[in-house]
Amino acid sequence: MMRMTCALVLLLFAGPARATTAYVTNERDNTMSVIDLDQMKTVKTVPVGQRPRGITLARDGSEILICASDDDTIQIIDAKTLRVVGDLPSGPDPETFVLHVSGNPLYVSNENDNMVTVIDVLARKAIDQIPTGVEPEGMAISPDGGTLVNTSETTNMAHFFDTRTRKMVASVLVDARPRIALFKHDGSELWVSSELGGTVSVIDPVKHAVTHKIGFDVQGLRSESIQPVGLRFTNDDSTAFVALGPANRIAVIDAKTYQVRKYLLVGQRVWQMAFTPDQKLLLATNGLSNDVSVIDVAGLDVIKSIPVGRLPWGVVVSPQ
Amino acid sequence: MLTARAPHAELATVRVGYLRWTERRPTISLLDKPPPDDGLAGARLAISDNNTTGRFMNQQFDLSDVSVREDDDPVAALAGLAGQGIALVLTDVPADRLLTLAAAAADKGVTLFNIAAPDDALRQQQCRDDVIHVAPSRAMLADALAQYLVWKRWSRWVLAYGSHPEDALLADAYRRSAKRFGARIVKEIEYKDIGGSRQTDSGVVQTQQQMPVFTQGLPDYDVLVTADENEIFAGDLPYRTWDARPVVGSAGLRPTSWDASSESWGGAQLQDRFTRMFHRRMTPLDMQAWTACRMIGEAASRGGVSDPAKILAAMRQPEFGVAAYKGQRLSLRDWDWQLRQPILLADGRNVVSISPQPGFLHQVTELDTLGFDRPETRCKLK
Repeated sequence: MMRMTCALVLLLFAGPARATTAYVTNERDNTMSVIDLDQMKTVKTVPVGQRPRGITLARDGSEILICASDDDTIQIIDAKTLRVVGDLPSGPDPETFVLHVSGNPLYVSNENDNMVTVIDVLARKAIDQIPTGVEPEGMAISPDGGTLVNTSETTNMAHFFDTRTRKMVASVLVDARPRIALFKHDGSELWVSSELGGTVSVIDPVKHAVTHKIGFDVQGLRSESIQPVGLRFTNDDSTAFVALGPANRIAVIDAKTYQVRKYLLVGQRVWQMAFTPDQKLLLATNGLSNDVSVIDVAGLDVIKSIPVGRLPWGVVVSPQ
Repeated sequence: MLTARAPHAELATVRVGYLRWTERRPTISLLDKPPPDDGLAGARLAISDNNTTGRFMNQQFDLSDVSVREDDDPVAALAGLAGQGIALVLTDVPADRLLTLAAAAADKGVTLFNIAAPDDALRQQQCRDDVIHVAPSRAMLADALAQYLVWKRWSRWVLAYGSHPEDALLADAYRRSAKRFGARIVKEIEYKDIGGSRQTDSGVVQTQQQMPVFTQGLPDYDVLVTADENEIFAGDLPYRTWDARPVVGSAGLRPTSWDASSESWGGAQLQDRFTRMFHRRMTPLDMQAWTACRMIGEAASRGGVSDPAKILAAMRQPEFGVAAYKGQRLSLRDWDWQLRQPILLADGRNVVSISPQPGFLHQVTELDTLGFDRPETRCKLK
């Protein structure tokens, strides 16, 4: 209660910048919801570009980057004023992106163009375009910054690029409609979710080979409705969370044995996820029920649903 | 587990043929007039998609299309393709031509992909091991619509069918669907094609007089189900029925493999890609051709094979599936080689619903509630 009061006071006098804040893109509303995690509610809704999807933080959280897919641009939003302060030349239909571990450049998937655009975020200039598979989607960067991975939804591959030469070094076939790719924090594995294949492929990033496939089985659900999309690892890489889309569940996986430990019932068409900086909470966007589920990570319990805009897609949490 | 990286390996080419029906007949709405490259554009886009993937697999795909008209000999056209060493051929031809082609294809080692003919007989008594049906059958389309009407509790139907042989087959499909899903056909009416159906000049006035009279004096009903594959009358029925009732089937709410308004499951991306390449909207025939070519591409990349026999073998595996912007993978029924697929219900502006409908359960996959299921099939593949 004490903490809550403090937060409220801070909110009144210093604005929402000091509280732990989450930002959510609402694909159908052309807005971004700002959630105050101390109050556990949406405190502001900010108009952004058309069909906002991918979202990430830049410059230690002082800037929010948003893919405004139908505006063919990436918007830069000042985290303090919540105003659009600039654009990045993303190329057509940017869907998702990843920042290099050093903070620059930004790698963007152009879904309509079979390209990955490389952007210098400081100069706000596109510096390269790399051809990739059909309908590029998920983007991942290895913890050492040496490898970029892009998934292609219709080609059904995870493509590996050397970030220095920007050349493709390998393509690994995975199950149908790969979505998100994510390296473990120790860089030992790359996981790729396949929405229509219904699996997560574990890939050895050195050998460029699938070493394991994780399947899902939810009692009472048809296998077709289990469609893995969002992925997250805890900081110690011991546990993985996989959002299962229209199955309305998040799978909790032992990331060492690949066994599913639990299915958490969340909202409808759960899509992307983000941890709070202390990793105590995990937030998940529910596209069809227009809310964000809040999960207590230690208790593996869904503790709250926070209404946001229509068709929430991506979520990030500020470092503070 | 497949890793493709070596640019040194030799490039393998997968050749796809396309026999294309270029007879056109008038449509009731000007908007429905088929574009000259109807179907072909879908195949071209899929070949381009396959080639992007092929770059990483050292595979290359090409397409050879041959136009076929009423008076042409389709077997000669097929022989031309087979003579170039093409063993995988998409066919956009009516059922009788398809049967003639299939008999000839067997000798030439060619497998046909039926992207157009909806005839159930082709999947039943006349089924063949070397014909793969990508187009949904009339039974699948009728079942998809019937499930929705029953879900909506519009279960008292009037069935209005045309006087062409195809209309009789489609009417049969609706009768079967009504029985399967518990709808009741309270009355059947036939519309005789006596020519002059298009709304030119005073045609509008005449249509406005004719259609109410055609639907006058019917018993109490919920919905008018129309079977009119030749575009003679159904398109003239909405807003002109004697009673205020919705029109479905061949006009109004239509069951279809694709609609240019479908944007779910990444559909928006496909529509964008298509429009940019061809400067028009994507039709159901485009989608059926796209899907056939993507099946070939998917089997080739998934199996790491480019030999037609091996591609077909990979495609016939139970684990094979192709993604086609319909929310789940499409796969082949091993009892008649029909592609199982969700069916969209669209009104020409929007996708109203997608079947199978919730609650229509099946022990294997709900997609098999559409069309002839394994226990009902009369197909005997050799």
